Amino acid sequence: MTGFPRFTPVADHAVLVEFAESISDSAHGQVLALDRALNASPPPGFRESVPAFVNLLVDFDPLVSDHAAVSAALRHLLTRTEGSAPTPALREVEICYDPPLSPDLETVADRTGLSPEAVIAAHLAGDYQAFLYGFAPGYAYLAGVPEALRLDRKPAPVRGISAGSVIIAGAQCLITTLVMPTGWWIIGRSPTKVLTEDSARPFLFDVGDRVRFRRIRREDFERRAHG
Amino acid sequence: MADALLRVVQAGPHVTLQDGGRRGMMRYGVPASGPMDRKALVIANTALGNASGAAGIEVSPGGLVLDCVSGAVTLAAAGGGFILEVDGARRGSWCVLTLRAGQRLVVRPGQWGSWMMLAVAGRIERPDWLGSLATHGASGLGGGRLAAGDELRVSATRDLAERPLPCPVTARPRPLLHAVAGPQDRFFGSRAMNALQHEGFRLTSAYDRMGVRLTGPVLLPEGALSIPSEPILRGSVQVSGDGVATVLLADHQTTGGYPKIATVIDDDLDGFVQCRPGQAIRFRLISPEAAVAIARQRAASFARYLGQLTR
Repeated sequence: MTGFPRFTPVADHAVLVEFAESISDSAHGQVLALDRALNASPPPGFRESVPAFVNLLVDFDPLVSDHAAVSAALRHLLTRTEGSAPTPALREVEICYDPPLSPDLETVADRTGLSPEAVIAAHLAGDYQAFLYGFAPGYAYLAGVPEALRLDRKPAPVRGISAGSVIIAGAQCLITTLVMPTGWWIIGRSPTKVLTEDSARPFLFDVGDRVRFRRIRREDFERRAHG
Repeated sequence: MADALLRVVQAGPHVTLQDGGRRGMMRYGVPASGPMDRKALVIANTALGNASGAAGIEVSPGGLVLDCVSGAVTLAAAGGGFILEVDGARRGSWCVLTLRAGQRLVVRPGQWGSWMMLAVAGRIERPDWLGSLATHGASGLGGGRLAAGDELRVSATRDLAERPLPCPVTARPRPLLHAVAGPQDRFFGSRAMNALQHEGFRLTSAYDRMGVRLTGPVLLPEGALSIPSEPILRGSVQVSGDGVATVLLADHQTTGGYPKIATVIDDDLDGFVQCRPGQAIRFRLISPEAAVAIARQRAASFARYLGQLTR
């Protein structure tokens, strides 16, 4: 096993750059730094990059470049990524915890030994960061669920969960964008759209953004969601 | 310049509008989508003098029945061995044909293949999503799934001569997949790596635009059940905890926590998707350098084929 960063060729058109075996803020910081440097000065043949927890996938056109050339360009970029981290943007997401929009709030309270209000307070106090997207369009995994609320997912997924559901599992929180099955715990509903329908900024979060939740009342939810 | 109006009488599951795909959005959880057999769309569009990525209709084994309500539109069909019928006259996919007001086109699966593209000599008027009409099947985002009753307006129609199109050998179902090991092959022992290369697999009926599950040797990962979610590509061979392999396709999820034992080279996927459930396939592991060499050689021969179409 070689040390990190590790460069692994993927098929005929990508390189995976890995910074660690397991999730850490420092590995994710390195992923974001390389991603920024890469998109600021893309090497020939670069098509797109996909940041994840501990690694960055770099997709290239094999008619223009190859794994060795892209890896060399990435190594060069890595020497220039120090100390350039910009202040991440802060995005606000509205959330309503009122029933029936929070079907699992009581169960989460039971399992964590907290009152429902204490669960809400802990969730609101979390300092979240958009770590990566995955699963489906706009599914942004927000890291930073407080220790007290970290639960394993349900043994089996529940079908037909509404878009806009705010769901938690382990250290992660997510605002769903589609009606989909999920085994995560549904603690509220948000009228804030991650798929914004704004062509200039079609996704609410960039990976790396900070996120804060703001509690709203049921009336406000209904007005925002349907108004 | 004229318009034509098409009405969907019947559409099987997974019949969608697709264009060249929506690249550059994987970081937001959005795969490129686009046709399962991307070369079929390029061929059909080239035959009509369209831009290679212009939007068309992707027909699944569920088939499609389309009425021309008004106007006339020339279509090109490529991909698979589907059967097309207009006014009782049958022909195979791989043709240019014109559908006029009052005529009905019936497309159904034939001897081989799983996906057919229907390109139009004109422009399909439909709202895009993020600049593309490619449809992400699971969400319906994009040009959209087609269903009975849907109407498609085609603007700037052109009336072209009907003709057959040559079906290249490379468009046939491809049962031998070249793949590069990894990126998480380190979680598999030599037994699993040997089984991947030397034992056969078959496609199952768990097959849609997201991917196809295989049956075959069990490829048990060794202690990889909690790897952090990592990026996935079209062609990733993902292995679940019980050792079952799935090849991810056009509408793949963009990240996932199951280890990827190998990744199929991009050019093999267009032929691979034309296999049907039950078909036997094999993997051949090659070096990354060999993979790039194949990509370049295949691109050159495909360009030569396209050149013949326009002569």
